[in-house]
Amino acid sequence: MSETNEREVLLSVKDVDISFGEGKNVFKAVQDANFDIYKGETFALVGESGSGKTTIGRAILRINELSKGEITFEGKRISGKLSKAEDREVIRNIQMIFQDPAASLNERATIEYCISEGLYNFHLYKDENDRLQKVDKALEEVGLLPEHKSRYPHEFSGGQRQRVGIARALIMEPKLVVADEPISALDVSIRAQVLNLMNKLKNEKSLTYLFIAHDLSVVRFIADRIAVIHLGRIVEIAETEELFAHPMHPYTISLLSAVPMPDPIIEKQREAIVYADATEEKTGPDYAMREITPGHFVYCTPQQVAGYAKIAE
Amino acid sequence: MSDIIISAKDIEVQFRVRENYLTAIRNVSLDLYQGETFAIVGESGSGKSVFTKTFTGMLESNGKITNGSIMYHGQDLTKFKTEKEWAAIRGVKIATVFQDPMTSLNPIRTIGSQITEVIEKHQKLSKVDAKAQAISMMERVGIPNAAERFDNYPFQYSGGMRQRIVIAIALSCHPEVLICDEPTTALDVTIQAQIIKLIKDLQKELGFTTIYITHDLGVVANVADRVGVMYGGQIIEYGTVNEIFYDPQHPYTWALLSALPQLGVKGEDLYYITGTPPSLYNKIKGDAFAPRNPRALKIDFEKEPPFFKVSDTHYAKTWLLDPRAPKVEKPEAIHNLHEKIARMTSKGGAFHVGNE
Repeated sequence: MSETNEREVLLSVKDVDISFGEGKNVFKAVQDANFDIYKGETFALVGESGSGKTTIGRAILRINELSKGEITFEGKRISGKLSKAEDREVIRNIQMIFQDPAASLNERATIEYCISEGLYNFHLYKDENDRLQKVDKALEEVGLLPEHKSRYPHEFSGGQRQRVGIARALIMEPKLVVADEPISALDVSIRAQVLNLMNKLKNEKSLTYLFIAHDLSVVRFIADRIAVIHLGRIVEIAETEELFAHPMHPYTISLLSAVPMPDPIIEKQREAIVYADATEEKTGPDYAMREITPGHFVYCTPQQVAGYAKIAE
Repeated sequence: MSDIIISAKDIEVQFRVRENYLTAIRNVSLDLYQGETFAIVGESGSGKSVFTKTFTGMLESNGKITNGSIMYHGQDLTKFKTEKEWAAIRGVKIATVFQDPMTSLNPIRTIGSQITEVIEKHQKLSKVDAKAQAISMMERVGIPNAAERFDNYPFQYSGGMRQRIVIAIALSCHPEVLICDEPTTALDVTIQAQIIKLIKDLQKELGFTTIYITHDLGVVANVADRVGVMYGGQIIEYGTVNEIFYDPQHPYTWALLSALPQLGVKGEDLYYITGTPPSLYNKIKGDAFAPRNPRALKIDFEKEPPFFKVSDTHYAKTWLLDPRAPKVEKPEAIHNLHEKIARMTSKGGAFHVGNE
């Protein structure tokens, strides 16, 4: 695991707080978020609804403002005030895939326009011919055909629409793709196709993904590392198999125990563990992300470290 | 086996869409046994919800049962014409819990009034008695401080609490059959675990029969006694939960299990089903899954297969079970399913932690 230290950090989230509202009504959606995403990995952010996972994703895309901390991309700050040129650079390098492909495509625009929109906005093509070629190539890469260009989103199935959503992100040649629950709205069989496609594109184009999801079985298949977020706080970060083998934070343990397994013998015996402190935050001035074993971080006090380290043995 | 409580025979449901007819359910038969939990799995559009809506007369207005019978205590539910006839069944004897608790509750009325309304209407109790019963029902489904929260509005409840209320309403008339239509799909996993447990506990206590509609095979493994797999408007295989998971016979069931992300190997492609489900506007010839089935036989495209018996409880609608059919093995991915899943859980994670 020592190689982790040598890997190139693509995106770094440092001491980030994000709050909504003002004065008395201020609501802290995310507190003290700290993590790095390495180049070429799939980093998953897992949590329940309202935990702040999407808020972090949107903050990286500069949609939500930070109230504290900073986010850097390739060593350069991308949070807070940026010049117009820098802002455009960020948008080009970081693209997003949304949950609901039906809601994220313009119903009145053809697929050709949907996919070219980014090219138009950034003038990323030499001439009409070049643009059409790029659209054809993007369609081909996601397993659609050039003749689909002239169709409208409603003519496609859910899985195909999600492919269009991926194609329009890819055509910008991004370095980081934020995928916010990209398969939650899809059926089991279609889900597998989209996951395979995302993996294929990752290898071919050396993409990096921030994969935001709530389904742990999917995350286990696709992610290299996982961060678990609860009530706006990241409580645990570890490599995927390490997290499943040695979950440490009580919330992670409860979350993993709640996932139903597709096996009747196991499932009939399984007892979900209730997270006793679900509503009250386990936090205080002594709490911070601490490394328990190499690459495995837990949000805890210095006193708790030894106890967590025992779990790993 | 215990007594049959509902017996559906050769049900066909058609929807009129503009000038066309869409056949959503194609000759489905199902016997439901007293006290069991029968899970229906399938992808969206396979007809799981439409089929069970025929049990409570809740088909959309452009839909019609065009063939078959549903026998329930000597009455044929398909013959019901008026709302008055349904009033004695729907919500009283056969109740439904829907997916989204926000849309099944009225946002501008208090929780209490929505529960007592059902009790007053169906049990003819006085206001005071109805309120007392409603509060005890709220306590039973796990609402803390039920009496105080009686006058709250739905928005003051969390998603899981709202679903508990929907369950309380559904059970307030002590139905014999509870249809749960994706009851936990809109909820978080930790809440899902609580709601599943609640439904199971209540079933044990009150003895109702459950039909559980879901697309999540993990949930099926947890709740079901028996499972029916639906595809293209038909049940294509049914059996006990162990038979369906460990000894599946229909190629579609194979495909569904093979596509489980839990069986995926890192760095390799996950199994997926090519193509799309059949259009239900057209008449389907042969086995509906044949065009997407790499192992399809010639006859699959020509003639619809009958149900073949695998065991007393296990039947599958595939020509592969015909004695004349060539021997086709189920895919490698789902061999030793239990060992595979057990291996991945014993390495740590959910199951392991639970037993420490």
